[in-house]
Amino acid sequence: MIAFTLRRFLGFAATLLVAALVIFWLLDLLPGDPAQFILGINATPESVARLRVQMGLDAPAHERFLAWIWGMLQGDFGMSYTQRAPVAELIWARLAVTLPLSIFAMVISIVVGLPLGILAARRRGKLLDTAIMVTAQTGVAIPNFWFGMLLTLLFAVTLRWLPPGGFTPWNEDGGAAFRGLILPSLALALPQASILARVMRTALVDVTGQDYIRTARAKGLTMGEAVWRHGVRNALLPVLTILGLQFAYLVAGTIIVENVFYLPGLGRLIFTAISERDLILVRGATIILIVTVTATMLLTDIAYALVDPRLRERSAP
Amino acid sequence: MKRLLSHPSLVIGLVATLLFLALGLLSLVWTPYPIAQIDIPRRFLAPSAAHWLGTDNLGRDMMSLVMAGTWTSFLVAAVAVAIGVGVGVPLGLAAAAWGGAVEWVVLRLTDFVFAFPAVIAAILITTLVGPGAVNAIVAIGIFNIPVFARVARGGALSIATLDFVAAGRLAGLGNTLIAWRHLLPNVMSLIIVQGTIQMSLGILSEAGLSYIGLGTQPPETSLGLMLKDAQGVFLIHPWLTLVPGLAIVLIVIALNIAGDGLRDAIDPRLRQGNPNVLA
Repeated sequence: MIAFTLRRFLGFAATLLVAALVIFWLLDLLPGDPAQFILGINATPESVARLRVQMGLDAPAHERFLAWIWGMLQGDFGMSYTQRAPVAELIWARLAVTLPLSIFAMVISIVVGLPLGILAARRRGKLLDTAIMVTAQTGVAIPNFWFGMLLTLLFAVTLRWLPPGGFTPWNEDGGAAFRGLILPSLALALPQASILARVMRTALVDVTGQDYIRTARAKGLTMGEAVWRHGVRNALLPVLTILGLQFAYLVAGTIIVENVFYLPGLGRLIFTAISERDLILVRGATIILIVTVTATMLLTDIAYALVDPRLRERSAP
Repeated sequence: MKRLLSHPSLVIGLVATLLFLALGLLSLVWTPYPIAQIDIPRRFLAPSAAHWLGTDNLGRDMMSLVMAGTWTSFLVAAVAVAIGVGVGVPLGLAAAAWGGAVEWVVLRLTDFVFAFPAVIAAILITTLVGPGAVNAIVAIGIFNIPVFARVARGGALSIATLDFVAAGRLAGLGNTLIAWRHLLPNVMSLIIVQGTIQMSLGILSEAGLSYIGLGTQPPETSLGLMLKDAQGVFLIHPWLTLVPGLAIVLIVIALNIAGDGLRDAIDPRLRQGNPNVLA
């Protein structure tokens, strides 16, 4: 297990390093000089050159790359030159919206999707199964941001139960902050819950045909008990993989949904940074997103191996 | 062909998909009104005989916009699938045919690309070259590559050990010819099924990217861009949001139903779900 974890961790580190290299290389290609940008077009060449030295822009590319990586390992993501603040601080403040949003959405999709999947599998071929699967089929086809707009129309405009958008910081009014995230997390959760319900149903139907369920039945368990005690646990394996991937893409998906509700999350930070050509900020924010995606996949792999010892021996899935 | 047509979900999904595709294709030669025709006095009109789906906040005909937008959505998703198939399938087949170091490199490469969801790729590309429909195509296409590589490798691995492949090797075929003559034809059905899934995901991604301003730009239009345009006024004029959104949902459902039907028709063994349904 230790060897497995270590191998996976090395893979994780390698992926991140290459990703950082790609991002650095791509953004380094861009025309435009940050020093010139900060000082404006009327700056003298001398002052621009002086600032370049000050910002370390005159160093060769590989030195700047290593300095960037080394800085990030110590929590220093550089200074944003449009917001005149440390990138790490800016990102951290936005994660207070993006992370809770992703987690709420994930929790909702698990709480709704898994029971529906189990229910559909237990009533396989019945009306309830068909109803759940048709709903799930529709759920995966609905763009989450459009669903967000519909939710706003219903709950914020017509019923006036929840705010249509905007965000109150947690330390000002925790309850209001939470209420602001309800509709966005529902919007994000819909397609995820639909996928989970489908995967859970398929996995459970697969498992129900296995010998150990028959053995459990032969030992005197009812079908319900056998499925609950032996089936669900085994069926959770494929579901776990999906969950990991889903969380990773949820974090990326929040970027789009934040726009519907005018939430000050990571996505809106990135868009401002793009339009103002704040490359240091774009660089820091994208690498944080990629770290989140890869770290989630790493944790999923390890969790999977913990639950299923058969997987520890094989390196490739 | 007759066997294919005996699957009702395939027929329904395919017909619905083709209807939308025809609508999109028609927009290339004819739309009720030019899509760039701004007519402020005639904005926010309800559906009528003159404007079947009403007009938007700039007085443009919604029907014309939906037609043109549908075409963009199909085009972006289809080219992205082509990129995924064109690069991913050879990689996957090579991994299966050569094994060893080639396989290792391909697997690590696919792992790596999975770390770049389309949104992140689009962010980087937009920062680099500015927004546009081509960005969306490239970003979604890049994301499609590992998907097809995995599907092709998985399918090919189960065939690579069969006798006819061994016979091919005995007859002196190299890895390239084995992959081309024996592996490719046998994974084709898997790829077609995955292709319809990625088509529908591509249409959803295009909508998302255009909605946040990283995809299609005016004066071109797409269903996602229509939703972006409606964003500022959708609380007062929900209609502008409902029309393009419903169009997306219907197209994606049509594609998914066609995909499910295709999967059942081509290979009933695959009926047991597909984990690659992630957005």
